[in-house]
Amino acid sequence: MSDRGTLLEKDIRGLDRLELPLGTTDSRARRLWRSAWPKLAAVAMALVVWELVVLSGWQERFVLPPPYEVFETLGELATTDRFWVAIATTLRRAVIGFSVAMGIGTVVGLAVSQSSVLRRAVGSLITGLQTMPSIAWFPLAILLFGLTETAIFFVVLIGAAPSIANGLINGVDHIPPVLLRAGRMLGARGMTAWRHVVLPAALPSYVGGLKQGWAFAWRSLMAGEILVIIAARPSIGVQLQFARELSDSDGLQAFMIVVLIIGILVDIIFGAVERRLRRNRGLVA
Amino acid sequence: MTAAVRVTESARATDRAVEVLGVSKTYGDGHSAVAALEDVSLSIRRGEFVCLVGASGCGKSTLLNLIAGIYRIDKGSIAAKGRVGLMFQEPALFPWLTVERNIETAMRFRKARPDRSRVQELLRIVHLEDFGKSRPHELSGGMQQRTALARTLAQDADILLMDEPFGALDAMTRTVLHDELERIWQEAGLTVIFVTHDVREAVRLGDRVVLLSSRPGRVVDEFDVDLLRPRRLDSPEVTEIAAQVTERLLEQVRSHV
Repeated sequence: MSDRGTLLEKDIRGLDRLELPLGTTDSRARRLWRSAWPKLAAVAMALVVWELVVLSGWQERFVLPPPYEVFETLGELATTDRFWVAIATTLRRAVIGFSVAMGIGTVVGLAVSQSSVLRRAVGSLITGLQTMPSIAWFPLAILLFGLTETAIFFVVLIGAAPSIANGLINGVDHIPPVLLRAGRMLGARGMTAWRHVVLPAALPSYVGGLKQGWAFAWRSLMAGEILVIIAARPSIGVQLQFARELSDSDGLQAFMIVVLIIGILVDIIFGAVERRLRRNRGLVA
Repeated sequence: MTAAVRVTESARATDRAVEVLGVSKTYGDGHSAVAALEDVSLSIRRGEFVCLVGASGCGKSTLLNLIAGIYRIDKGSIAAKGRVGLMFQEPALFPWLTVERNIETAMRFRKARPDRSRVQELLRIVHLEDFGKSRPHELSGGMQQRTALARTLAQDADILLMDEPFGALDAMTRTVLHDELERIWQEAGLTVIFVTHDVREAVRLGDRVVLLSSRPGRVVDEFDVDLLRPRRLDSPEVTEIAAQVTERLLEQVRSHV
């Protein structure tokens, strides 16, 4: 290479070196701890407040038991088959209901994002459905399907699908035009453009929609299981309802904690996927 | 001493890479119609580096998009011999792919099998061989634009259309990328049509500088730049020719008052 070439190369490499941010990478454990301690502190604080409310004597202890009693009950429950059968039933319903909602929401979202006629026709309807409290659907669902699992699935579906569809529609709408132009310029047409440009570009918003859809599905499912009680089919919702009827406050709150924990765990999974997507694209620091 | 010579006759037809003949383009219709280009003719030799300059509204970008086949021509014809690649002011890299995969994707869109060794070669050409696994957002603006250049080259483009590609970069990076682009252009034997509003940049880079008028865009003047390469942006010769071009450009702008 000529002198000029080497000089140019040095210029470029020097500039690159200067332009790049200095990397400060924390160890994995450190990062985990940094994200974990505020959560742990919040939980500890909630438990302290709970304990204080109990100590204040505002309610009888059998109505509002202190945290340690509830956790003790939870521990005992965890040794029974019924507890795990109930959780398994509920999770199975959640997975099936959410999967169907994902399928339908995705298809509807794809269709609406591509057709301006469809968008004018059902675009605001989807948002309307999204804001409608799912519990309002149960009377109709029970009339249509009776006290069956189908009635529960119906409401879970109608609760979750609009969020999923909207996530995808928003994602497609907000793709920077320059990326679409770049795709076209590079020769991506039709399905290739969809597969390699549109869908990956819309993915973070779609996952956001899935996350929100999950929250709606989970809420609808709990409401459904309390309203639509199917004999000899223990589920988390049924356990909540029975515990109330038996004034078993320990058991009631133990199951509520289960509901909360499952909700949080799934949210953490979606959140991790979403954060990873955004970080890879430089959308978060 | 001065090297600026008005072009009287364009080169022979045999070695032409791009032939633009009487091209017009209007946006909108009726009263709101805007004539972006009117009767523009331009011949570009194979291996030539042509810069298009003009004030706002001269339709430089429109012309590039017409040559690239992105917009439809209203009147006239454009013939391009070779594969055309277009670069924008924004790098427009796919943020979900690494630098390497961005380049591979350009090959895949052309139904070519992604060729790993070619990807590495392209990365070496733009001096980014250490950054193949990086994400676009981890790179500086200049590095992103070089990645975009590598991606365009990955299409095996013979004719490189560049729409103010360095417009958003700082002066230092720009200067270095001028040298870099000149080197790649020479080594790869490309034909380049480079749009800029920076007259000095045009003179620094171009074999020929074509001046377009505004609304409607027409070819007003052409300047051959017969300076030895490599040139420097701040050399007296470049400055002198740039002053001539700027004078003509200003005449153009004043005529709109």
